[in-house]
Amino acid sequence: MRCSHATDGFGGGHEADDHVAEGLEAAVNRDLHDTKSSAILTALTEARRGSGNAALGMVLTLIIDVNENEHYDALQAANSAAREHPCRIVTVIRRTGKSAPRLDAEIRVGQENLLGEVIVLRLYGALRDQADSIVLPMLLPDAPVLVWWPGQGPQVPSLDQLGLLAQRRVTDAAASSNPTASLRLRAQGHSPGDTDFAWTRITPWRSLLAAALDQPFDELVSGEVSAVRGNASAELLAAWLEDRLSIDVVRKATRGPGVTGVKLLTKRGEITLTRPDGRLATLMRTGQPDRAVPLPRRGTEELLAEELRRLDPDEVYNETIQCVFGNKPEAVRRQAVVAAKATAAKKDSPARKTGPAKKVAPAKKVAPAKTVGRKTTPARKTR
Amino acid sequence: MSPAVGEINNPLRDPRDRRLPRVAGPCGLVLFGVTGDLARKKLMPAIYDLANRGLLPPGFALVGFARRDWADEDFAEVVHDAVKQYARTPFREEVWTQLAEGFRFVPGDFDDNEAFDTLARTITDLDRVRGTGGNHAFYLSIPPKLFPVVVGQLKRSGLSAKNGNEWRRVVVEKPFGHDLKSARQLSATLNDVFPTDSVFRIDHYLGKETVQNILALRFANTLYEPIWNRSYVDHVQITMAEDIGIGGRAGYYDGIGAARDVIQNHLLQLLALVTMEEPVNFAAQSLRLEKTKVLSAVRIPSNLAAYTARGQYAAGWQGGEKVLGYLDEDGIPKTSKTETYAAIKLEVDTRRWAGVPFYLRAGKRLGRRVTEVALMFQRAPHLPFTSTATEELGQNALVIRIQPDEGVTLRFGSKVPGTAMEVRDVNMDFAYGESFTESSPEAYERLILDVLLGDPPLFPRHEEVELSWEILDPIEEHWARGAQPEPYRSGGWGPESANAMLARDGRVWRRP
Repeated sequence: MRCSHATDGFGGGHEADDHVAEGLEAAVNRDLHDTKSSAILTALTEARRGSGNAALGMVLTLIIDVNENEHYDALQAANSAAREHPCRIVTVIRRTGKSAPRLDAEIRVGQENLLGEVIVLRLYGALRDQADSIVLPMLLPDAPVLVWWPGQGPQVPSLDQLGLLAQRRVTDAAASSNPTASLRLRAQGHSPGDTDFAWTRITPWRSLLAAALDQPFDELVSGEVSAVRGNASAELLAAWLEDRLSIDVVRKATRGPGVTGVKLLTKRGEITLTRPDGRLATLMRTGQPDRAVPLPRRGTEELLAEELRRLDPDEVYNETIQCVFGNKPEAVRRQAVVAAKATAAKKDSPARKTGPAKKVAPAKKVAPAKTVGRKTTPARKTR
Repeated sequence: MSPAVGEINNPLRDPRDRRLPRVAGPCGLVLFGVTGDLARKKLMPAIYDLANRGLLPPGFALVGFARRDWADEDFAEVVHDAVKQYARTPFREEVWTQLAEGFRFVPGDFDDNEAFDTLARTITDLDRVRGTGGNHAFYLSIPPKLFPVVVGQLKRSGLSAKNGNEWRRVVVEKPFGHDLKSARQLSATLNDVFPTDSVFRIDHYLGKETVQNILALRFANTLYEPIWNRSYVDHVQITMAEDIGIGGRAGYYDGIGAARDVIQNHLLQLLALVTMEEPVNFAAQSLRLEKTKVLSAVRIPSNLAAYTARGQYAAGWQGGEKVLGYLDEDGIPKTSKTETYAAIKLEVDTRRWAGVPFYLRAGKRLGRRVTEVALMFQRAPHLPFTSTATEELGQNALVIRIQPDEGVTLRFGSKVPGTAMEVRDVNMDFAYGESFTESSPEAYERLILDVLLGDPPLFPRHEEVELSWEILDPIEEHWARGAQPEPYRSGGWGPESANAMLARDGRVWRRP
């Protein structure tokens, strides 16, 4: 990927053009120094014309809120996902350090492997707090907006400055220092349209498990999810199984990588899906031959592509996350029991922001407490 | 289109949970005709692509059957090469290894009892080793004349019999007969062994995203339905043009011709989707109901000489390449009366379409490869412009591009910039490739998966097949009585008689 770097040019209006012919279409990279939104849009229109790429089939605007260090990888993943969903990618980087308010922008159009357009914004000084005013004019008309935080991300995505512009907000609990705690905070501030990569990562697991239960099965008794300690995805997977199957699911710690297995005990046997090496899984069912199936861990671009496919709120995710951490009535009751047990040990407010959550950390590792809570829960209505 | 897995109430499935794909249950596929082009270029790659997308069940098995002295490994290598060359998704070793473990090959002739007994043992063995659960689909990628013997063998060897909840399905490709009588015979042959619901006729056109999109375009939008009738539509042109000749298919093609080859199935299915009324839902039964209804309302013209046309491509230059004429092709008799171009006019006797002609054409060695449905709208009843201002204004048109460059085009008049008032046609364009994934699934992926899931909406049933033969048979009989088809220039848009046919109605073919 070529990009001409912004020089330290002083005083506004310095623009560097860098038209590079490539095949039939010319890729256009353009740097705008100390600029504003309208100038960026004008430059974008010109760049598109210059590249001979008048395609306006873009179906959504993807905003990436990221820091300088992580922006390259995030943009790579987004470009790759954009092959499936042509979009305008607006990358917002807030530069640290003291500086006068300033906006720099890079525009990339018509590059190989890039169907949409990329705008990289760098915000300096006081402008760091005005990202929404800069991004707003860049949203495609009518098309949905998705904002993605590859890093830590805001506690309540829907109240975030950029989150407010979007109908879909994607976070990644695994990027925080304490994934389960961060997921729990998000659950409390959840609003429809929020999702987390922790959930996206387990789609293949859920798909295989759902397919396994497409076949006749005995009454389910209990379950077990094993994963590396503190894995938010495993927590969601266990909660999903508990919620949908109305059984208790024990969390078991293993050495990973990621989720390593799911076991469902039935009255007369068990259904087991194990993946010890992070690549290949085996589906075992009492009375049937073992079946191997590839179940590789998923890359960022694959996760992002799946999120871009779902532009409506994910209700099942909402229900699941509320069951683990949140305030759904039946979950609340369950939570109350867990909380009571937890507070007996440690006193802590789950709503507080300052990292203490680790301790309450629902728990997850405290399987017995969870089990007790679960039993007080009335059985879910049958579907 | 509801998944057919529904007999069991699966608590993990939720219609709102659309992240979860439909995955086939334990099953295997037995492929007859593994050495054919279709198997290598389409079926094997599609099976790999399905596996790669995680849509095949763990333990899926693929059994090849052919008259080749191969071991399982040789068969695996053939599939491997086909996958490497033609698969749509990237090659992943771990996916391949798992898939290849389920490959088996059974050598033998179709009339060889022993070979089919071996096949039966292989399948029982797969149920035990791979856990295919007694569910097997038999894909007959072989000439239709071999169907009776193969189907008979399946019955004799007990392969078509199922226990309890198991399923056995049979998949056949077009042609579904060459006239009404033979189509009925074919159905009888298949139904003798497999119940109607277990017979899957593959018309790969129906698996195409763009064809399915016709339903979305019509029934998910408010914009088109009000004008989708005789009050606004002047006529409809359905075109399927190929730029290639018959290639190596002389044996199949001669005596069949363009009308039987593609009009009977692809173009009439397109016609049905464009003209049918709104189904009450998208269940197979409801769709079929509307399609058979509208197909049974199709009328052929009373003057077949004036409103049908046919031609044979002549030797010449096509796009800078010297090509043979049809009669000079290998394996074609010099006296062949088989048409390589066919055009017919049809009407649909319903309140919605009364008086709107549908012009269907299909041909080989035409200008370029294109399939499309064009709704040509009536001209405005009054134009408040001077006649010179609208000289370049044509009819408004809505064009559904089926392939290639899948999408939808709307053609309408727009003012030419400048001081004078002058109106000219412009395009408004939607291209699948720009707005959606550039590599949408191949039709065969969707169709094979639907077979394994037992999800039938995209497969024509014998009723539809028979109705379309009822439409075509009188035309074929008329042609059989007639003279040699008119030769047409390779690389053009068909014979003069086809143009004359539209000229009689005061219309012209659009250049697709």
